[in-house]
Amino acid sequence: MNQRILIADDEPNILISLEYLMKREGYEVSLARDGDEALAALAEHRPALVLLDVMMPKKSGLEVCQALRADEALKDTLVLMLTAKGRETDIAKGLGSGADAYMTKPFSTKELVRKVREMLEARA
Amino acid sequence: MHDKLVQQRLAALFAAGALLLNFPLLALWDRDATVFGLPLFPLALFVLWALLIGLAAWILESSEP
Amino acid sequence: MLSVPLVVGASFAYLALLVAVAAFGDARARQRRSVIGNAGVYALSMAVYCTAWTYYGSVGRAAGSGVWFLPIYLGPTLAMLLAWSVLRKMIRIAKAYRITSIADFIASRYGKSPLLAGTVTLITVVGIVPYIALQLKAVASGYALMTTPLGTPLAAPQAWWHDSTFYFALALAGFTVLFGARHLDHSEKHEGMVAAMAFESIVKLVAFIAVGAYVCWGLFDGPTDLFARARAVPELNALLHLTQRAGQKFAYEQWFALGLLAMLSVIFLPRQFQMMVVENVEERHLRRAAWLFPLYLLLINLFVLPIALGGLLHFGRGGMDTDSFVLSLPLSQGQGALALLVFIGGLSAATGMVIVEATAVSTMVCNDLVMPMLLRTRRFGSRAGGDLSRLLLGIRASAILAILLLGYAYFAIAGEAYALVSIGLISFAAVAQFAPAMLAGLYWKGGTRNAAFTGLLLGFALWAYTLMLPSVAKSGWLPADYLNNGPWGIALLKPEQLLGLTGLDNLTHALFWSLLANVGAFVAVSLWRPPSAREASQALLFVDVFQNPAAGPVFWRGRAQVRELLPLAGRLLGAARAQQLFGDYARQRGVAGIAQIPPDAQLVHFVETQLAGAIGSASARVMVAAAVEEEALGLDDVMRILDEASQVRAANEKLQSLDRLKDDFMSSVTHELRTPLTSIRALSELMEDDPDMPPAQRTQFLHIITGETERLGRLVNQVLDLAKIEAGHAQWSISDVNLRALLEHALQTTAEMFRERGAVAVLDAPAAVPSLALDADRMTQVLLNLLSNAAKFLPAEGGRVDLRLCGRPTGLRIEIEDNGSGIAADQQALIFERFRQGGDSSNRPQGTGLGLPISRQIVEHFGGTLSVRSAPGQGACFTVDLPWQAPTTTTGEPR
Repeated sequence: MNQRILIADDEPNILISLEYLMKREGYEVSLARDGDEALAALAEHRPALVLLDVMMPKKSGLEVCQALRADEALKDTLVLMLTAKGRETDIAKGLGSGADAYMTKPFSTKELVRKVREMLEARA
Repeated sequence: MHDKLVQQRLAALFAAGALLLNFPLLALWDRDATVFGLPLFPLALFVLWALLIGLAAWILESSEP
Repeated sequence: MLSVPLVVGASFAYLALLVAVAAFGDARARQRRSVIGNAGVYALSMAVYCTAWTYYGSVGRAAGSGVWFLPIYLGPTLAMLLAWSVLRKMIRIAKAYRITSIADFIASRYGKSPLLAGTVTLITVVGIVPYIALQLKAVASGYALMTTPLGTPLAAPQAWWHDSTFYFALALAGFTVLFGARHLDHSEKHEGMVAAMAFESIVKLVAFIAVGAYVCWGLFDGPTDLFARARAVPELNALLHLTQRAGQKFAYEQWFALGLLAMLSVIFLPRQFQMMVVENVEERHLRRAAWLFPLYLLLINLFVLPIALGGLLHFGRGGMDTDSFVLSLPLSQGQGALALLVFIGGLSAATGMVIVEATAVSTMVCNDLVMPMLLRTRRFGSRAGGDLSRLLLGIRASAILAILLLGYAYFAIAGEAYALVSIGLISFAAVAQFAPAMLAGLYWKGGTRNAAFTGLLLGFALWAYTLMLPSVAKSGWLPADYLNNGPWGIALLKPEQLLGLTGLDNLTHALFWSLLANVGAFVAVSLWRPPSAREASQALLFVDVFQNPAAGPVFWRGRAQVRELLPLAGRLLGAARAQQLFGDYARQRGVAGIAQIPPDAQLVHFVETQLAGAIGSASARVMVAAAVEEEALGLDDVMRILDEASQVRAANEKLQSLDRLKDDFMSSVTHELRTPLTSIRALSELMEDDPDMPPAQRTQFLHIITGETERLGRLVNQVLDLAKIEAGHAQWSISDVNLRALLEHALQTTAEMFRERGAVAVLDAPAAVPSLALDADRMTQVLLNLLSNAAKFLPAEGGRVDLRLCGRPTGLRIEIEDNGSGIAADQQALIFERFRQGGDSSNRPQGTGLGLPISRQIVEHFGGTLSVRSAPGQGACFTVDLPWQAPTTTTGEPR
């Protein structure tokens, strides 16, 4: 069965590349362009994993993650945070708000795919 | 601190000198007498004067660090 | 009597010897093996206090009124008791701030005031010229006595070109110039002069004791015999007591006043100040000199009474001029050699006084009277070329000659014996007027310049009215009527019984009123208005000199340049010396060389201090101020400067917060750079992994990659641009720009962009528009930015952008209005922040978020403003206001 992945990022070109990448790997893909859309998509599609950008309008990735963890139905969703900010404090903040993993941009596509697969297989 | 003492002593000596060499203490010496053949009043003046100098010298020299 | 050639020859020989001693002292000083560096020499140099007045006047006074010659010497003894405190403070101050005269001291203390300096100098000259005349008179009569047979009347005074005294005065002037006006910069002092004065103090003491011993044991059988004989004569016996005439009350107040006067004079006579303060080599010498000098005074006065009594006994009363007993007694016994020795002693005393006094006064005249006036004529500002030191020396030599000539003139004119005898005390009373200002200046921070000036003026005026003028009147130069009945018959204004105060002798009376007015005015004016900033600063430096080791400057503001101050110092001190001084200073500040000396207030103070040694602090301040373009300082400025010290802490905190801001900016920049990089990398990797990717897909990806690379490039450029503008490193080429033309050009450039969107852009501008001084390219950048922003948010159809240009009172206004989606109120401030973009994500690839911040920086650089007016759904109007007049700062300044 194909697992669904939600990609949330405000940069359209990144959405395009991630969408292509995930589809190539055989996952079902949902897209969101800001924090509100992300929460809506989470509620609607219940993805197994979400690729979450931190810097997003309306609600940031950290807020989305916190909301997610607080939601009974969603709290087990896997979260992989993506951001251009790479400072220690940001990583700590991300993990602190409930992310399961953290990757800094620009990332290696191979690395990303490997991580996603690892997280999903661990869950299964 | 030591210097302060020197200054105070000199100030006291100044006051003493000013008193001794002016009215009325000065008039005490004005008698028609002689000491060793020298008239009292001028002699007294010079002796007092020398005394002042001597005391000043003692205060100042002994304060030499 | 002795032959003229013998007397003249001996005199010249002695004076030559003095010059030799001085030369020796100077030579040893240059070799740094100073001969004057001990307390004994210092104490002996102070003995210049004893002049020909001591030789002739004291004996005369003793013969007339017994012990009344003594207060003149008892006063200084008492004064020296306080010397260790008071005098030491003066010496410390004088050394720290390079003060070289009384005028300098007072002027410097009360705010470096040239007015005070000049006033003190004038008072000094008026007071001292008579005293110099007295010396000339004493030597003249002594010489006459030596060269005419005893008993014959002395030659009548002749026309001045026949008068040997005139030539004597000239010769003295020459000697004085030799001693005191050969080189500048008093830090090198006049070691030769000091050595010579110490030598002559020894000579006059020896000579006086010699004649005294001769009188006691030569003419009589010892002092007891002499006194016994004197006591036998009732009139002479009276001289040995306080009251000269039976029934007369002892004038205690006069005794006290004389003592007080002498106490003040021993410090405030110019020659005394010179020797005690200016020429002092080491402070600790004062410790010993404080009692050695009174001892000297005692020794030289030991034989005054015996000589006086002996003379009276020998010649009988009225037989011989009592002033000259020291000469007439040995002469009468044929003791020519002794008489010559005594004459030389008297000559020595007189020349010592004249040399030091004239040197000190000429220094004051040069530094505090002539120099400030010259500086004000603007010819001698720091722009003047040439070596000023020779000019200064010339002025001093002229002043010395002038003073001596004035002294001779006074001597020739006021030939009346009466006027001259009391002249010494009159001069004492004149210089006593300096005491309140100086002593208060040492211990009270509240004194002000105006107070010192008023006090000096009033004291001097009363002195002149109650003492000086009456003495001139009494010698026949003014109608005595005003003396006896008061001016215009007003009895209360009688000069010697002012306001009806009777019962005092004229000296005490004058001293009382003048000092009362002086001190009273000083205190009253000081309390009337608080000290100014500069006065308070100087007060601190003076009163707290013992707590202030570095004695640094406190209140100054200006721009000092070493390259202006060094040549200034060179011109006044000599180039080599200035170089050496600055080199030492550089070493002291711990910098590599003179060029690295930080141009701050400390440097200015240093230069002022060095120059003050040569030309006086008042003149030094004026010259340095001219070189440094000092700004006048008010009390507010002082407070502000003090505040700044506490603001350093605040500035430090601000710096740290700025540092944090910089970090945020850096992280924003890296974030913005990483975002396009992410797409580029991801898409590249995707294409690499899949060689069989459909061409259409590949084309799309490549297109995106290209776009992102361009975006990256734009971002980098704009970040650099913004950084440069903000740091002030941007290049601006300002020219006269016609904004209408610029707007048309911008529209042309963006025409294609608008056509693509199916929108129109319309220009509404007057035909003729005044040009502004702008950078054309930068302004175009702003316009293009605003236009492209407008274009981004236009509706899909019917989009319209209005470009308006209008002139307003304050400047030109450009409005770019679109009918797009508008900007929400909370966004309107945000869009001008870096990396913030309005609108939705479909615009992201185009924008960098830096366009508006840069535009705003550019507009503000020209002194204008960039603002926005908008409501959601109703479009946006961006307004650029540019002032007619560009701001005065042309290059960009950091914001």
